[in-house]
Amino acid sequence: MSRSRRVVVLDYGSGNVHSAAKALERAGAEVTVTADRAAALEADGLVVPGVGAFRAVVDQLHAVRGEEIIDRRLAGGRPVLGICVGMQVMFERGVERGVDTEGLGEWPGTVTELPAPVLPHMGWNTVEPGAGSALFAGIEDERFYFVHSFAAQQWLLDVMPPFPAPALTWAEHGGRFLAAVENGPLSATQFHPEKSADAGIRLLANWLGTLE
Amino acid sequence: MSLAVRVIPCLDVAAGRVVKGVNFQNLRDAGDPVELAARYAEQGADELTFLDVTATVDDRSTTYDMVQRVAEQVFIPLTVGGGIRSTDDVARLQGHGADKIGVNSAAIARPPLIAEIADRFGAQVLVLSLDVKRSGRTPSGFVVTTHGGRTETDLDALEWARRAIELGAGELLVNSIDADGTKAGFDLELTALMHELSSVPVIASGGAGTVADFAPAIAAGADAVLAASVFHNGEVTIGEVKAALAADGRIVR
Repeated sequence: MSRSRRVVVLDYGSGNVHSAAKALERAGAEVTVTADRAAALEADGLVVPGVGAFRAVVDQLHAVRGEEIIDRRLAGGRPVLGICVGMQVMFERGVERGVDTEGLGEWPGTVTELPAPVLPHMGWNTVEPGAGSALFAGIEDERFYFVHSFAAQQWLLDVMPPFPAPALTWAEHGGRFLAAVENGPLSATQFHPEKSADAGIRLLANWLGTLE
Repeated sequence: MSLAVRVIPCLDVAAGRVVKGVNFQNLRDAGDPVELAARYAEQGADELTFLDVTATVDDRSTTYDMVQRVAEQVFIPLTVGGGIRSTDDVARLQGHGADKIGVNSAAIARPPLIAEIADRFGAQVLVLSLDVKRSGRTPSGFVVTTHGGRTETDLDALEWARRAIELGAGELLVNSIDADGTKAGFDLELTALMHELSSVPVIASGGAGTVADFAPAIAAGADAVLAASVFHNGEVTIGEVKAALAADGRIVR
């Protein structure tokens, strides 16, 4: 890498920003944790972490006008990485225990509870990386740390040429669900790369490698 | 399903240092927490659990700083338990890098705390820790204890586990007081009963003495196994436990 990528971890009050920032530093990024709009727009990459309830995360994002920052970046083709609930809120809706919440709607579809006898899906699981995935290059067979009960279980967006097809990475717990999506400038992982030991750091480094 | 079973070392901490002692007596320093955590992570620990055994508020904030130093350098999930009484405690610990919070006696004293934490942070953050003892006083034959097993409550352990899950606990850490310290193996009957009733993952704890003790706990239904002294004393390594689990047909990382 010729220079370290400047990354903003969006600080909007949802848990674990600290771990994400430190893991990104370990992966080689120059990291700022902030909700400052100018900094978030200007960075080479924006990371949107998220833990907790879908509705709470959406509300917290709105409180810092995070959806505008994300929209602006994506409209300009500037990379964004969502993590865990930070991935889920990129979809149109989330339904958790009867609470139906509007997401940011970057992708169509609804985040719903996994059809598994034991929830949360908690621990280290394998994934099936999508064709052309940059995030999983060299770590296709590694395990990643998941902790969630809800997920996007369908991909509904048809991407037409000249836009490249998204790389869809699936995992299974009770049923198949999206473990990661790489769709143009917007990428997201349902698992926690910042908690996935060396494999997670490698994934973050792979993402940094895609930044202009 | 290809989810790996988890092997979790548990470290007691006091005033920001990892300590060793028998039944919380004669605590002595056991090393730098960041170094120990990094060593376990390198050996393949799937998560780390810190149990804060300090008594004072000042010492507790030292522990919070320690959690932060570990979280900054060791990139596997961290659970912190001990002395957590409110959602603000959870927020503070999460802010210092803890991923999951173990709650024990405060939830017994005030069960709605479980729902308060789950509502604010999600069920996945909350590990309900139960210190369980065999007893003729409760219908299931297992009673919940406090103070490291010295005080019996009136709670039937299985009933309490069911209620805690309903209230929003995302995981059960089931520690057998009878087995704890015996090095004679996990309480398999208790593990199986908890597995049967639970819709959330179950961590078996207490009694591990040899590498052969872990596979039966998984066979009894545990999703994860937790141990302290066998790892700290170097009697068994995480790698050896995982090899034994794999030999028993379990999926490990």
